[in-house]
Formats: sequence, C-alpha cells, structure tokens
Amino acid sequence: MVLITLEFGGGLDAITSAKAKTVACDVPAKTVGELIRWIRRHQVRERHEFFASGDGVLRPGVLVLVNEVDWELEGKMEYVLREGDTIAFISTLHGG
Amino acid sequence: MVCDRCRGGKAQIQRLRDRHRLCKACFFAEFEREVHETIVHHDLFQVGERIAIAISGGKDSVVLAHVLKELNERHQYGLELVLLAIDEGIHGYRDASLAAVKRNSSALGLPLVSLSYDELYDGWTMDRVVSQIGRTNNCTFCGVFRRQALERGARHIRANKLATGHNADDMAETVFLNLVRGDSARLRHSADVMTGALANGGTSPDETVHWLPRVKPLLYMYEKEIVMYAYWKRLDYFATECVYAPNAFRAFARDLVKELEALRPRAIIDTLTAAQALSRHADGVSAVGTVTAVKQCARCGYVSSQVICKACILLEHLRRGTGKEATHRHATRSVFSASDQTSCTESCAADQCKCP
Repeated sequence: MVLITLEFGGGLDAITSAKAKTVACDVPAKTVGELIRWIRRHQVRERHEFFASGDGVLRPGVLVLVNEVDWELEGKMEYVLREGDTIAFISTLHGG
Repeated sequence: MVCDRCRGGKAQIQRLRDRHRLCKACFFAEFEREVHETIVHHDLFQVGERIAIAISGGKDSVVLAHVLKELNERHQYGLELVLLAIDEGIHGYRDASLAAVKRNSSALGLPLVSLSYDELYDGWTMDRVVSQIGRTNNCTFCGVFRRQALERGARHIRANKLATGHNADDMAETVFLNLVRGDSARLRHSADVMTGALANGGTSPDETVHWLPRVKPLLYMYEKEIVMYAYWKRLDYFATECVYAPNAFRAFARDLVKELEALRPRAIIDTLTAAQALSRHADGVSAVGTVTAVKQCARCGYVSSQVICKACILLEHLRRGTGKEATHRHATRSVFSASDQTSCTESCAADQCKCP
C-alpha cells in the first residue's frame, strides 16, 4: 500500500463516491496504470466510462498530472507511485 | 527533465503542437504568444473597438477573457472589453456557472452584461423548452437561441465584434459533424477564424443588415492546453456538464477527435486547415473573412439568412405545442405559409453547441 493524494478536476469529483476534489488514500497499486483500474472500481460511483474503460484505459480527454507534471513526461501508465505523490485527474470533456 | 525553451526550469508539460517540453512559465508565455499571433496574423481587432466576450463561466471562455485582457494591456490593442453572458434558464447548471461569470467579472475588472432566454424569448427558458420537447434535439433550440441572444447582446452594448472561446478540438468536432451531415455550406466555413465580416476584414458601415463579426482567438489552441492554462493559473471556472447533454452525435465526434489527437495531435489542426482551404476555394477570398447573404426576419426584424429566422420558427412551434417536430428538415413548411418560405442555402442555424 502506498499513501497518496488524489485530485479530481474538471467535474470528475462529481462521479466519485467522496464527491471531493482532493482525497488522501492508501492504494494497493504500484503504477498509475494500476491506480486507474483501482480508482474506477473503488472511487468512481457512476458513469464509469467517463473516467476509464472497463479494461483500464483512461478516457481520451482526461488529463493526468503526477506531482503537477504532465504524465506524458513521467512514463504515463508505467509511472511507479511513491509515498506522498499527488496524482491529479482533470477532465476536459465538459462545456466551455 | 529541463524545459526545452529556457533550459532552466523543470519541464512540466508536453506541448501537443511540437512535443516540446516546457516549464510552467514558458508554457504560459508560449500559449499567450500563440493567441497573440492568431490575433495579429488574422487581423482580428482594430484599435478602439469594443469587443463583447461571450462568457459562459466554463474553461474556454474564462481563459479567453483572461488572455484577452492580458494581451490587450501587454500589446496595447486599444480594445474595450465587455463580458457578455447568456442565461439559458437551465436550473442547476447555468445558474451556478453564472455565479462563476460574476466572480470573473470582478476579478478581471471587466463589466458584465447578461441576457436571458426568459426575457428574449417570451418566457421560453431551456427548462420550459425541455418540458415540452423532452431531451432529444434540445441542443438545437439552445444553439439557435444562443446565436441570436449573443448577437442581440453584443449589439445592445454596441460592440464591434463578438469573441467566442471555441478551441481547436471544438472546431474539429464541428468540421466532422458538418461533413457527416452532408452540410457542405456550413462545412466550408466551419473553421473560419472570423465570420460575419466582409472579405476585406472590416464591416461595411453603410450596410445595416449583417451579422456582427465573430472572432475565435483560441481557434488554434488545443483543449488540453486551455485546461492546463486554467488549472495552473488557478482560474475560477465552472466544470459541470449541462444537465441536458449529451447530444449523441456530437458526443461521438468529440470522442473521435480525442482519439485522433492521442494518435497524432497534428490531425486536429490539419482538419481545421482542410476546412479553411474549402472556405478559400468557395469564396475566392481569405478564410479569415466570409460574407453570408443576410436579410431581416419578416417576423422579428432580426438578422436572418432566411425570410423568417430560425429562432422565430422554433418559437412558433413551441407556442403551438409542436416543438418536437420543429427540428425536422422541412419544419418551416408546417408552421408558416408558403409565401414566407425560402430555401436555406447558407449557414443559417445553430451555434456550435459545446455540450459533450
């Protein structure tokens, strides 16, 4: 287990059970890829496809930041989680 | 990993246009410079103009207002900026986003003017429209009404132009939608950076009937980067889906755009470029300025591309309780007599609805 902070932005907080923008939790995941599957199962409560598909592919248009850095620069799904990390998920899929 | 631009800061974002890895400060600088280049290259504004910024409280319009204010001061455009908000009357959605609009108005120190469907359309708020027609096709009503409402609002405040926050992803979606609907008239103008203006980029002072020029300064900016700009600048935007979304067709186009973007980001800009080339071929002029034949609506007197404007047709259907039929292809025939008719040959109807 690793203790990290999750951040949900762009309306994603509304589909999680906590309904909060920031959630601190112990997660049984080693990588961001595993984290996405875990969040889909344990944090997202409705409209799961809005976050990720059933096989754990993040919905295109949802941005990920690893400690404020674009996950494109951090190995995306392969990024290995460390204690104290902040992982932000921000949807761009809403009206503007 | 260090920033590709300043070689000093920590790289925090990978740009979609060139894969450059930038620090936050360089990202802000590049983003603002690119919007400025769009404005200068396409000659979007003239010194002394009053610009109505269409603002919904969502990410795009909030970023647009923020960046325009910044650039206007930095590069001395000499513009007078006014925020223009439309209240569609959607309880639990627009009322909350209008609160964000008001906060932005105070934070930016820009005046705000609001108009509502309730006052403009004889009490037909979107909540009331949906209570008659249900949740299918309601975006058509909202888009047609919004287009006219923005036009009316901008003229009311005597603005020279209306600026909207459409981004590259939005416009690529619209290009695809017009393509698969077979709507060639709209397709060829669907990625124009300025519409409603005369070909020389100005508006004719002696021509009383014309659409107010509309400009899209964020046209070449990717949605991802608009969201990152708003997020890192801690801008106060409202990020909830419209309660009446989604229109399945647009939702599909939206997913298509995002998937193409993941494979090859350039595909989005290339889509816009293709549509702009059609615009040039069609008019023999630059894609920047397009002229649409317009007249005045025989019912409400407002600018229209048909004898009776689309908003009046939709309103008449609502009054008669036949709103569900109003979006059918030949709905006009069933509601007005043949003498009022004309075929629609130009891009007459809806604003691009941006609901997902």
